[in-house]
Amino acid sequence: MPRKTMIEAIRDAMDVMMERNEDVVVFGEDVGYFGGVFRATQGLQAKYGKTRCFDTPISELGIVGAAIGMGAYGLRPCVEIQFADYMYPAYDQIVSEAARLRYRSNGDFTCPIVVRMPTGGGISGGQTHSQSPEALFTHVSGLKTVVPSNPRDAKGLLISAIEDPDPVIFLEPKRLYNGPFDGHPDRPITPWSKHELGEVPDGHYRVPLGKAVVCREGGAMTVVAYGTMVHVAMAAAAETGVDAEIIDLRTLLPLDLATIEASVRKTGKCVIVHEATLTSGFGAELSALVQESCFYHLEAPITRVTGWDTPYPHAQEWDYFPGPARLGRALLEVMEQ
Amino acid sequence: MAEHAVLTLHIPEPAVRPGGLPDFSSVRIPEAGSVPRPNIDADPSSIRDLAFSIIRVLNREGEAVGPWAGLLSDEELLEGLRHMMTLRTFDARMLMAQRQGKTSFYMQHMGEEAVSCAFRKALQPGDMNFPTYRQAGLLIADGYPLVDMMCQIYSNEKDPLKGRQLSVLYSSKKHGFFSLSGNLATQYIQAVGWAMASAIKNDTKIAVGWIGDGSTAESDFHAALVFASTYKAPVVLNIVNNQWAISTFQGIARGGSGTFAARGLGFGIPSLRVDGNDYLAVHAVAKWAIERARGNLGPTLIEHVTYRVGAHSTSDDPAAYRPKTESDAWPLGDPVIRLKNHLIQRGAWSEERHKQAEAEILDTVIAAQKEAESHGTLHSGARPSVRDMFEGLYAEMPPHLRRQRQQAGV
Repeated sequence: MPRKTMIEAIRDAMDVMMERNEDVVVFGEDVGYFGGVFRATQGLQAKYGKTRCFDTPISELGIVGAAIGMGAYGLRPCVEIQFADYMYPAYDQIVSEAARLRYRSNGDFTCPIVVRMPTGGGISGGQTHSQSPEALFTHVSGLKTVVPSNPRDAKGLLISAIEDPDPVIFLEPKRLYNGPFDGHPDRPITPWSKHELGEVPDGHYRVPLGKAVVCREGGAMTVVAYGTMVHVAMAAAAETGVDAEIIDLRTLLPLDLATIEASVRKTGKCVIVHEATLTSGFGAELSALVQESCFYHLEAPITRVTGWDTPYPHAQEWDYFPGPARLGRALLEVMEQ
Repeated sequence: MAEHAVLTLHIPEPAVRPGGLPDFSSVRIPEAGSVPRPNIDADPSSIRDLAFSIIRVLNREGEAVGPWAGLLSDEELLEGLRHMMTLRTFDARMLMAQRQGKTSFYMQHMGEEAVSCAFRKALQPGDMNFPTYRQAGLLIADGYPLVDMMCQIYSNEKDPLKGRQLSVLYSSKKHGFFSLSGNLATQYIQAVGWAMASAIKNDTKIAVGWIGDGSTAESDFHAALVFASTYKAPVVLNIVNNQWAISTFQGIARGGSGTFAARGLGFGIPSLRVDGNDYLAVHAVAKWAIERARGNLGPTLIEHVTYRVGAHSTSDDPAAYRPKTESDAWPLGDPVIRLKNHLIQRGAWSEERHKQAEAEILDTVIAAQKEAESHGTLHSGARPSVRDMFEGLYAEMPPHLRRQRQQAGV
């Protein structure tokens, strides 16, 4: 099976869908001729023409607002916001318009759009190229929010997202674009070509939205993670020797609560990890849900390991980032409880 | 070093406030028929004057004059008059219904009826409007049932939107009326996107965006003009300048620009101002812009110069921020009376027939109201189910909503 980077897998998903469905259009800042600052759309304009893949003015609200109009017309826009940090001008369009169009019009109009955005840190990007705003989307009724952690899932999830009849926010952990980063910035980068999940099937396949996956089975505790933190959690478990069961959520909303419940009932302990800030982060929702549904199975308080409640710093990036050392300490503390 | 005076901040003020005498002397009104009608493929830079004038067809004598006249037959004009009278009567009844507690909120069109009623008649089936809350004439002039509009206003059991939307935020794809948001300006750029999609698919349909004078200040307006200009989208972008954004006079949003239409010039978009109280002028300008869009000549910006006679909504009292008699002083008159006088002048109408039509329309609207109220009003009678609250958010209900619906006991 061919091995691909996450960027190649994402590009492949758009390529497959543009080939299969003439209504799929792709646009955003630097997306057309150049192929995107992360190269996700490289070659698509040459292959499908300028009206299927094109550059836009630097206006995130324009990109999403136009996509909503196109979706209402009957197209399937898959648009790129260059960095998730730049999405705020589009937030009104996403929250008040895309998310509610089906509901408020009683199905008269729908919004089958995908908004792709590179998310997360670890690239020396400072506070405007590193944010993880997923909780700002999961809090909104009417959206679906997806965060892949590897090339194979990324392609299948993006195909599902483009085929989905409702708006999907597709957050791409940019530190994972070129390899399964485990949170050790000082070690050589492992490329996806050396990782089994870098094996990406050709052609069309789906990874369903709303289904988590257990990526490491274990009995000592459950670690709930998504995106980059899946690999950090794997490293932390290996380095501490804690027999953690690690769940990769893949989709935050709709959430696969059943998979989390089954694991926590088995292990009795739960650690939640994300790169985003702590307060009102998605971990708070996960923690509440686990407490509500697994309280009598819990043998220790639910623990959250996250980014600190500060803007994402530049010089102190690795003090901010919840890497394997910090997560490992948390795993060992939970073990002792 | 040279000494400078201290800086001072400029806060624009309307000409008059409550207690003063209305003053529209600053509104320059050109003679009807005096503004030329360019070809639809005219170079935008050659027609920049149109952004600073006002295209008018009906003169003081009720005659249709000049190069923009002569497009509509007696029958079409009589139909237009009926649409405007229906909208006005509909508004009066719904305003009263709100006062009677049958709904929470209403917004009337008084003085602005020509804008949406005339524009609709220049469109073709399949074209899509992205309206604001004061263009219900688009629905009425397209034959959308009054009963359905009222059921939406009452949020009753027959509400096409299942009680999910505030009153007057209608939606009808069939009638080319995009779901109303309630957030201002967001739909302007969506109209451009819809138009771009039509062009991508080599379709023949066009889109129409609507915005008020106040909300042109939103970034969405700028984004819409940039996108429309860049991609030459087949879209007509309307600004309804009714002088007031709730209590804020139009000068606050307009700033130092001479007119709202002038905003389009920097984008190379042909930009026209039209007498929004002149049914014939609105229709003629709409037709010109729509032909441009359909002819693949790109976007047009139209500023409809009109006046909001009533309150912004049922939640404000204009006497608190403008002179009570200001609407009487508005120099462009009343759109219904002006079209009526024109039809009488043409020999196609009379005062008697007008009175008779008023009575007939009132009967029709009251009959529709009775029927709508038989399906309930906001606080009494039949209403949408609680189950409807949970449904239709996604194509397929996700597990967490299913759980919440069960918790709610439905």
